[in-house]
Order: sequence, then structure tokens, then C-alpha cells
Amino acid sequence: MYVLSAIVSLTLLGLFLGLLLGIAAKYLKVESSPIVDELESLLPGSQCGQCGFPGCRPAAEALAEGNAPATICPPGGSALAEQIAALLGLDLDLSDVKEPELLVARVSEDTCTGCTRCFKVCPTDAIVGAPKQIHAVVADACIACKKCVDVCPTECLQMHPVEVTLRNWRWAKPVALFKESEASNAVC
Amino acid sequence: MLSFFPKPLIRGGVHADEHKAATAALPIAYNFPLPKKLYIPLQQHVGKPAEPLIMVGEKVLKGQLLAYSQGLISAPVHAPSSGVILDVNDYPAPHPSALPIRTIVLETDGKDEWLETQVAADPFQLNPEEISLRVGAAGIVGLGGATFPTAVKLNMGRENHVDTLIINGSECEPYLCCDDRLMQERAGEIIDGVRLMLYGMETEHAVVAIEDNKPEAYLAMRAAAEPYASIKVIQIPTRYPMGWDRQLIRYVTGKEVPVGCRSSEIGVTIHNVGTAHAVHKAIRHGHPLLSRVVTVAGGAVKRPMNVEVPFGTLISELFDFCEVSLDETARIVMGGPMMGDSLPHTALPTVKATSGILALTQSELKNTDEQPCIRCASCVSVCPAGLRPLDMANNIRINQLDAAVDLGLKDCISCGCCSYICPSNIPLVQYFKYASGEVIARQQAQHKSEQTKRLIDARNARMERIAQQQREEEEARLAAKAERERLKAEQEALA
Amino acid sequence: MIAHMKPSSGAHVGANTSVSRIMWQVMLAISPATVFGLLCFGWPALNLFVITVLSAVVFEAFCVRLKGRVAKPVIMDGSAVLTGWLLAMTLPPWAPWWIGVVGSGLAIILGKQVYGGLGQNLFNPAMLARVALLISFPIEMTTWANVSPLFFSHSPGLIESWHITFSELKNIDASTGATTLGFIKTEFSQNRLLTDILKDYSGFRNFIGGTRGSLGETSTLLLGLGGVWLIRQNVIQWHIPVSLLLTVALLAGVFHGMDSEHYAGPLLHLNSGALMCVAFFIATDYVTSPNTPAGQLVFGAGCGLLIFVIRTWGAYPEGAGFAVLLMNSATPLIDHYIKPRIYGRDRKGKPLEIPKS
Repeated sequence: MYVLSAIVSLTLLGLFLGLLLGIAAKYLKVESSPIVDELESLLPGSQCGQCGFPGCRPAAEALAEGNAPATICPPGGSALAEQIAALLGLDLDLSDVKEPELLVARVSEDTCTGCTRCFKVCPTDAIVGAPKQIHAVVADACIACKKCVDVCPTECLQMHPVEVTLRNWRWAKPVALFKESEASNAVC
Repeated sequence: MLSFFPKPLIRGGVHADEHKAATAALPIAYNFPLPKKLYIPLQQHVGKPAEPLIMVGEKVLKGQLLAYSQGLISAPVHAPSSGVILDVNDYPAPHPSALPIRTIVLETDGKDEWLETQVAADPFQLNPEEISLRVGAAGIVGLGGATFPTAVKLNMGRENHVDTLIINGSECEPYLCCDDRLMQERAGEIIDGVRLMLYGMETEHAVVAIEDNKPEAYLAMRAAAEPYASIKVIQIPTRYPMGWDRQLIRYVTGKEVPVGCRSSEIGVTIHNVGTAHAVHKAIRHGHPLLSRVVTVAGGAVKRPMNVEVPFGTLISELFDFCEVSLDETARIVMGGPMMGDSLPHTALPTVKATSGILALTQSELKNTDEQPCIRCASCVSVCPAGLRPLDMANNIRINQLDAAVDLGLKDCISCGCCSYICPSNIPLVQYFKYASGEVIARQQAQHKSEQTKRLIDARNARMERIAQQQREEEEARLAAKAERERLKAEQEALA
Repeated sequence: MIAHMKPSSGAHVGANTSVSRIMWQVMLAISPATVFGLLCFGWPALNLFVITVLSAVVFEAFCVRLKGRVAKPVIMDGSAVLTGWLLAMTLPPWAPWWIGVVGSGLAIILGKQVYGGLGQNLFNPAMLARVALLISFPIEMTTWANVSPLFFSHSPGLIESWHITFSELKNIDASTGATTLGFIKTEFSQNRLLTDILKDYSGFRNFIGGTRGSLGETSTLLLGLGGVWLIRQNVIQWHIPVSLLLTVALLAGVFHGMDSEHYAGPLLHLNSGALMCVAFFIATDYVTSPNTPAGQLVFGAGCGLLIFVIRTWGAYPEGAGFAVLLMNSATPLIDHYIKPRIYGRDRKGKPLEIPKS
């Protein structure tokens, strides 16, 4: 008898609460703005394709569907990854993410013919120059999409790592307490 | 304001082994042989680097201006001795990374020939503004280590009608005792410098604060200040970091400088004793800042001493003079052992900020064998800024930088008390320096990302405009062509 | 030679301190009380003590190896030894061997390693184990041996002690009895009055420690001396012990003053049970107590209040373990609300206003 009443009352309670939840979900629904648009507005919008998707919109769609990690965008770096993770409510573990080496395009003045092909493809207008004149890259505006490298007929445009100077030198993070190497060949 | 407990005047801090005995008893050595070459960086101060105005191959005299200050916060650089300019190029900076910095290389001729200068017979007849102008022109910066241009600080003091000038003679870092010796040997000149600063700032009172582990310096300074009612010399407790300007201001005046404000806004300005001495030399003798007293100490130093060296002297030459055993040296530190940074080698010049060069042996260094945090909270109790270093470091370790900022990362002064006291040998200060740099880097990255978006939008708009223009031109061309054909047809019809 | 070419930041020098040094200092501070306890309760107590400490070390090593790390440096930090030691001090001196082993397992595995090891645990491992044992094995955990000092004729010898520790205690009634707090609790339930109950009570004997009780908790004097030495050595701060003891004394004083026949006085409270041991060595555990002096005062007062409440009105005669665990769970909350004021900011973290001159 006790067992029966327990089963009945708990079942009723469950049904009632489930009904409440269902009603709440229907009537108190929060209108969420289209997440893909928000994601796209965060991404640089240069359609550089470094993420492996054809452009920023497809990348945003993949992010919204959960098919891409928050760290998808190399030009955005960890700052953007954090914003994406915050927007999607993801737990972001940057500790395993290796910061990609920062690159910048540079024109080799010996071989540049002034063909203007590179600055036509540059999405951020980071290459300046005029026809038949040697071009130059504005390093601050370069996003390392490598489009100019692909079109340069004389291979005078190359990607170089961003030079470390006293201005952008930073203290390194102290190394983690326990290294993996210790774990693999532990001897008591 | 109602408060049940008076605010404590000293918070946190540690009492570190002083290691000053070896050098504090010796007089300052003035017999350092003039180096053959001096490497003078163009930025030895906070602010914009100086701009060189000499040519390679030019002959210069001692005290001659080599590079002028640029902008509001900057300081000029002068020739520490007479000689010929060999090069103006990038050379390693006295910085933990030893990355290149723009440097003037001066080959000395050994004559040490002064540039002739004129000095005011009585500087107290000058305009007070003239004092800061001359201090600025002499390239004087804060010699306690912050290297903030002194003239700017004097001006801020005058403009804010500061009522107290504090002269920081605490020298709380272990090992260092260059200020101690300077106060013992040059008390009169320092007090004269203080009077000149008071005059230049139009300020009434000066308080010279000296830690009570320097009784000789205290007595010398008190005797020198005796004739002047406006200058008071006091003893303060020996406790690192007593020399942190804001700690000292609170101890001396009871006032706390609000976050984001300069001390002059609450009516206090603070200068180092070495700076006061430099002001004396600049105003009374017309000598710009060319050299400073440097403490060379540490277990690997055979002849530890305080020695006056011209700026640009390579540390290797200083080490030769003081007989440093590089084999025993485990770490070279510029500055004190609490706040100083390590240097990777000795081919680096001494600069205005170089209060000391330490050659520390392995046994003097803190153990680097890191262990888990046991939450002993020693770091909380020693933090003079009232932070919780253990929580900040834990957040930084898992890359929660925003949480660390919320806990007060930006209020950290990197004084090193937490690292010093930590029984688990956690490099707390390095965590905070890393995180501060990372926060700045991320802000810059975000800024760049916004700029990139702006550039792309601008480019797209331009492309669109060009396409639109081409379309319109095409339409116009087609319309013109149609018009021509119509006219032609009409004419043909008429004919 | 310059060992570290890579940039290293200050402080380059350090205080003469380390985790293991702190642990050994604490062990040194509790050793007088421990030795006294071992002398009072003889060979069976020594057996239990050795078993508990050893098994704590073995469990620690096991867990560390399970994580794939080298065990020796972790053991050498002394934290496992100290946990086992503190646990042994709180056990009934003649408890069987498996109480020590199970207790150490609970303390090290459930109390410490599942959280991630040293510094990560929310609850004090020794108290967690003690409370878990008390709830699970109430008979073993409340069988208090009579004081039977080593080498006395009627005390158990070495061989007999192995019987007590490894098989069972024969003739329980002849060699055991109740602790002061337990006795008072039972007699209150018989409606006897305090003056009547405490006819044979000797405050002095309780102060020295020659009474029934846990292995290392009986001597108020030696525990207090060890604790004061730790404070003098700057290993622990005075805030927790002082606020804890003061709270208990004050509450006991007030209630005793109101009704001296039904509430024990402050001296009796301070002199009995685990109070001294908890105040100086358990509640002051760095990992599980608040970080700031003000927070520590609150924590100590909270522990004292709960101890008094449980002792006076609770079902158990002694509530120190429960009190510490409850306050441990409040530690993150205390640390969240009681934090130091940052220089140049007010308590809420806003920059101070510039005073008008």
C-alpha cells in the first residue's frame, strides 16, 4: 500500500512539474537574437579563409552549430576566442591552445616589379604603392591572410614572424607545476 | 569620516636579510677608470625616447647634449665624457630580454674635457619655473628606479600647489646602499638640492624620511638640515617596501593616494635623495646628469662597493673593477633583489635607473622548486597593496585573466613581497607581470581586430563605389551611344 | 655560471621557509602532547599511532602514483605524515588497528586527494576522517581507555598491546570508562546536577592531561604550549585560536553564570575534549581557514560557537569535529566577503575620493 501511494504521488508530482516547465518554456521564452549574426559581427570579416571555411559567415554558422571550436579564427587570437566562448557559453581552455606565431607580410624590395596585383587582393588595404613602383606593407594593418603571397608573380612577398622588440616584449607565463614528461616516466 | 579603527600606517611588507654590511661601511669609490667606449641608450627614462642631434664622427665634450627630449614626458641625454661619436644604432638594452635599443656609442678620449656652462650666482633669484627648466635640460630623472622625468614632477607639484615634499631616503631594497652612502658623504649637497626643489615647486615643507637602519645617514642629514626650518629629517621603520612612494606618503602624511591619481593631487610630491643630489649639481654647477653611484654587491663579488660610474659603462667593465667571479654568479640582477630584473649577460650598459648591479650566487637565490600552494596566506599578509596574490595567481594559471583583473591585478606594484615569502616558491610576481602584459596584448589585439573590420568595411565601400561609378559610366556611355545613333538616324531620315 | 638565461623576475631572494619546514614545525609543536599521550596510554596507543601515520603515508604514495607522478618528493613535504599524526591524536588511544587504517584512508583519499591533493581540499582531512569514523563506528570511537602509563605493573605490556590493537579488547569494563564531557552528558540525562556530577572532578588533572580522552588531546598544558610556540614562530596567527577559545569561554561563562547546575563552566570547557588541539592545530589549518585576519576571527568565533552549541545541546558530548567541518564549508564564503582593502580604494573597490584641502 505504502509503495503504491508513493509511486502514484511521485508520478503525479513529476507530471505536474513537467507540465509547469512546459508552460514556462512556451510562455516565458526569451527571444534570442540570431546567434549566427552576432558571431559574424565578432569575426574580422576579412574572408581570409585561414580557418578552413570559405569565409567568415560560414565560419560563424559552423560555430553556431557547434562544429567549430571557439579558437577557430587565427587572426582574432585568444582575445576573440574568449569573446566567442563567452557568447556561446563554452568553457574555453586556452592552456592547450598554442598561440599561433604572429606573422606579417613583407615586400622584398629587390624583386618587386610594382605589378599592383597584391594590393588589389589585400582585404585590409595594408599594401600601399603605385603601378611600376615598389610596394610596401603597413605592418599594423596586415592580418597575415597570405592572399598577397599567393598572387605575387615574383615571390617577393613573404610572410615573416612579427619581430619582438622592447615595445611588444612580454613576460612569459611561468611553466606549469607538473610537466607531462615527468608523468610519462615516473619512477618512485 | 567615521572609522572604528584608525587606518594602519604601514601595511604588509617583509623584513628581508639586508646584506648591506659589506658595502655600507665603505666610502663611495670615485676612482673608476673611464671606459674606452660608452654605450648610451636614448631611452633611459619613462616616456618618449630622446632624439639624437649629433653626427657619427662628431667630437663632443663632457656634458654636451647628445639627444634632445621629445614631447612632454621625456628627458635629454648628455655626453658622460669627452670623445668622438662612433655609432648611433641598435645595441642590447639593460633589460631582461636584452633586446636592441637605439644607442649612441661614444669613444672617450681620456681628457674628460667639460663643456663650458654658465650657472646662476644665486639660483634663488631665478624664476621658480626656471629651476624646473634647468632640471629638465640636465636630463634628471627619478633616480630611485622609476626614472620619471623630474622636471615634469616639479611642474606638477607647482601647478597643484603641493604643500609637502617628501625626500625618499628609505632605500628599503636589500643589498643596495648607494643612497645611504650618498647621504653620509654628501648630506649638505642633498639638502641644498632639497631647498632648490622646494623653491622650484613653491612648496613650504620638506620631510626627509630615512629608515632607522641607517643611523649615520640620519645624523648627517639632520645636521645638514639643522639651519633650515622648512626641512625636517625623520626616521622611519625598516621594513620593505617602505620606499614605495605611496606607502611612504601614507606613513609620513597619513594620506592615501587614490587609485588613478598622482600624489601631487593630494598635495604631496616625492623625490629620491639621489635626485635631490642631481638637482644640486645641475643648478649649482651646471652639470647635467652624467653618472650615478651604483652598488655592486652579491655573493660573487670579491670587492663589493658603491662606485660612481658614467652612464653607458658596460656592466662587464664594472664587474672587472669589482672583481666579480662569473663562474660563481648564478644570476645578474639590475636593481635590488626584490624588484630588480635579471640580465642575460654583462655586455649591457649602466643607465640612469641602475641603482645596483648584483651578482648573486646560487645559494643566495630563492629556491625555484615550485610546490603546490598551501593557502598559507602569507602573501596576503605581506602585500602592501592589500591584494590576495594566491587567488590572483590561481586565476592566471587557468587563464582567467578577467578574474585576476577583478581581484586587483592592476593595483599590483610588483614589489616582490609575495614571491619572497611564499613557502611553496611560486613565482607570483612573474605570474602578475605575465598577466599584465597579456591583458595589454589582448586589448591591442582587440583594437587591431576592430581596426581591421573598419578597413575592410572601408575597402568594401570603396569597391562598391568604384563598381557603381563604372556602372554609371557604362550606362552613360551606352546612353550617349544610343543618343548618337538616334541623331544619326534622324539626320539620315532627314537627308 | 649563470644558470638562468631566461628572464626571471623578483623576488630573487627568499625567506627561509618552505612547505616541509612548516609541516615539521607543526609536528614539533604537537610532539610534547603526543609523547605525553603515548606515555599515558602505553603500548596500544603507540601501535595505533604508528599504524595511522604509516598508512597515511602509504595512501598518499598510492594516490600520487595513481596520478602518474613521483611519490617521494610529495611524501617528503610532510603533509601526509602530519595528517596521519593529527588524526591519530584525535582517536581513542586503544582503538583497533583498522580504525587507524580506515581513518587514514578517509583522510588522505576522500579528504585530500580526490580534491587534487595538497592545498585543494575544502575540509580538514583529519577532522573529516574523525567525524566519518565517529558516525560509522560509534562504539570503537567512544571506547576510552583508562590512563595506564607505560611500564606500570597494571598497564598492558608489549605482547598484550598487540592483542588489544590487532584482535580485541578483553574485559572492556575494567580498563575503560567515560571522558569528562561524556560523563557529564550521561549524568545530565539522569537528571543529576553539575555539582553532584563533578564531585571527583579535578581541574588540575585535566589541565596536565592525566585523564581519559583521545590519544593526544588530553593535555591542555602541552597543547597550549605547543600552540603558543607556533604563534611565536609565526607559523600560525593568533586570530583563530584566540577567537575560538574566547568564544567558548565567554558562552560557557554566560550560561554557567545564569545556571551553574546545568551548564559547565568555562574552565571545564577549555580543559576538556578536543578543544585545545582543535583551536591550535586543526582550525588553523591554512588550506581550510580564511586568508585574512578578520576572516580568521570570524572563523574562530564560528567554530567556538558551534562547539559550545553541540557540546551543550547536541547529541554528541564533543562537537569540535563537526564544528570545524561546518566552518570549513563557510571558508570560501568568508573569504569572498571579508577581503583586504586595496590601497587607494574603498572597501567596495572604488577609487578613494581626493580629499578636499
